[in-house]
Amino acid sequence: MLHWLTLMADSLPSLLWAALVFTVPLTLASFALGLTVGLVAAVVRLFGPAPLAAVVRFYVWIIRGTPLLVQLFLIFYGLPSVGIVLDAFPAALIGFTLNVGAYTSEIIRAVIGSVPKGQWEAAYSIGMSWSQAMRRTILPQAARVAVPPLSNTFISLVKDTSLAAAITVPELFQAAQRIVATSYEPLILYVEAALIYLALSSILSALQVRLERRFGQYGGFLEAKS
Amino acid sequence: MIRLSNIEKRFGELTVLKGVSVTVAEGRVTALIGPSGGGKSTLLRCINLLEIPTSGTVRIGEEELSFQPGGKPTWKDIQRLRGQTGMVFQNFQLFPHRTAVENVMEGLVTVQKWPAEKARERAMALLHKVGMAHKADAWPATLSGGQQQRVAIARALAPSPRVLLCDEPTSALDPELSGEVVEVLGTLAAEGTTMVMATHDLRLASRIAHEVVFLDGGEVVETGPSRELFTHPKRERTQRFIATLTQQGQQGEGV
Ligand SMILES: Nc1ncnc2c1ncn2[C@@H]1O[C@H](COP(=O)(O)OP(=O)(O)OP(=O)(O)O)[C@@H](O)[C@H]1O
Ligand SMILES: [Mg+2]
Repeated sequence: MLHWLTLMADSLPSLLWAALVFTVPLTLASFALGLTVGLVAAVVRLFGPAPLAAVVRFYVWIIRGTPLLVQLFLIFYGLPSVGIVLDAFPAALIGFTLNVGAYTSEIIRAVIGSVPKGQWEAAYSIGMSWSQAMRRTILPQAARVAVPPLSNTFISLVKDTSLAAAITVPELFQAAQRIVATSYEPLILYVEAALIYLALSSILSALQVRLERRFGQYGGFLEAKS
Repeated sequence: MIRLSNIEKRFGELTVLKGVSVTVAEGRVTALIGPSGGGKSTLLRCINLLEIPTSGTVRIGEEELSFQPGGKPTWKDIQRLRGQTGMVFQNFQLFPHRTAVENVMEGLVTVQKWPAEKARERAMALLHKVGMAHKADAWPATLSGGQQQRVAIARALAPSPRVLLCDEPTSALDPELSGEVVEVLGTLAAEGTTMVMATHDLRLASRIAHEVVFLDGGEVVETGPSRELFTHPKRERTQRFIATLTQQGQQGEGV
């Protein structure tokens, strides 16, 4: 028992370090980039020319229809065969960004579509352009509905970054694996890693609650039908 | 002055407006009445170009725009005309994420690039006018329907449009709440605001409209001064329609 506690205490710094230097930046960067990709993809699908919209549909189909781990392997181990050699971290970043982009584009498409058509018309009627209406009227309302599903994606992403271990990124899970290899204490180390993931996703859940509260201040949606 | 000449509007195979011509003088209020599906909303939306007419000419003040089948007006042309109009919708359509006063400021700040302070001043003056100044910082969701519609009227008036378009401004409201909206529109009419409104509300139309246009099946059946048209309609179709309106009004608590 004491032995386990010492092991935990000894390994905690290196696990936290791996989380801080790899897991957290990888998560934040790929979520931010993925969200941007998702927004552009959603707008193209909703409002763009048909051929471009078809390209986006194809992208979403591929990403959602294949395992994330396979995608990461393709990018890191596969692409060098055609002359594209990437370091592990950028490869992971690209993989996760593409993944987040595909999933969030579907979310954003749905929430933009959920804002009543009358809101566009009200915006146009006071002289707004398409982009002004989008920025000032539609997106703020869509953002509110988007918080829960986007938070889901964000929380999944934190956990999914553990897959980057498989393409040699020394993130939290890989740090744990490495210590297991020398200490032969898989139970205790994997529990420890799991607890750190749990802590990270709990922080995100708390953030979600705060965001929902902030967006929720203006009360229920108006009965703006038709 | 607003002049609609030969406005035709088709949705695919369906012709909803069949060469409608209407003239509205500066400072006058025109009511569009007629059975459901007659094309009242479509005609209003052809004035501020939320619908693009298939053919015809729209003139508002000095600005004029003609339409041909297959032709597409430029964004600049649309803005040029739309800028002359303000619109009040049946379901209010306030921006739910902005307070009452922010709703009124929105066009001034975002479109006309007014500084926020100046916009707020004008917005407050307009909220005063519609009797909503005490709710300036309220969220739309916390307002009654009548209050929301009064804020929406202030929002439409903020950029000083030449004409206020109202699409059934009272029909989502019960008689009491619609009373306060009729009140506000009546005051605006008395001040010389040019208005075109589609309505089924006989109280609204008879109280504030100078002219009435009876629209049925996408055509103007009859037009005339409101008192005359309501009391002595010439066409038989108009007579029948007005009779049903009056009946409904007596059965409900409307009139
Ligand atoms: N976007 C559209 N696409 C196809 N048809 C439409 C569209 N908008 C209106 N219409 C049709 O045009 C006709 C006229 O509709 P409009 O809404 O102008 O009538 P209205 O006089 O305002 O009726 P109401 O009193 O019920 O509001 C209707 O037959 C309607 O179905
Ligand atoms: Mg209508």
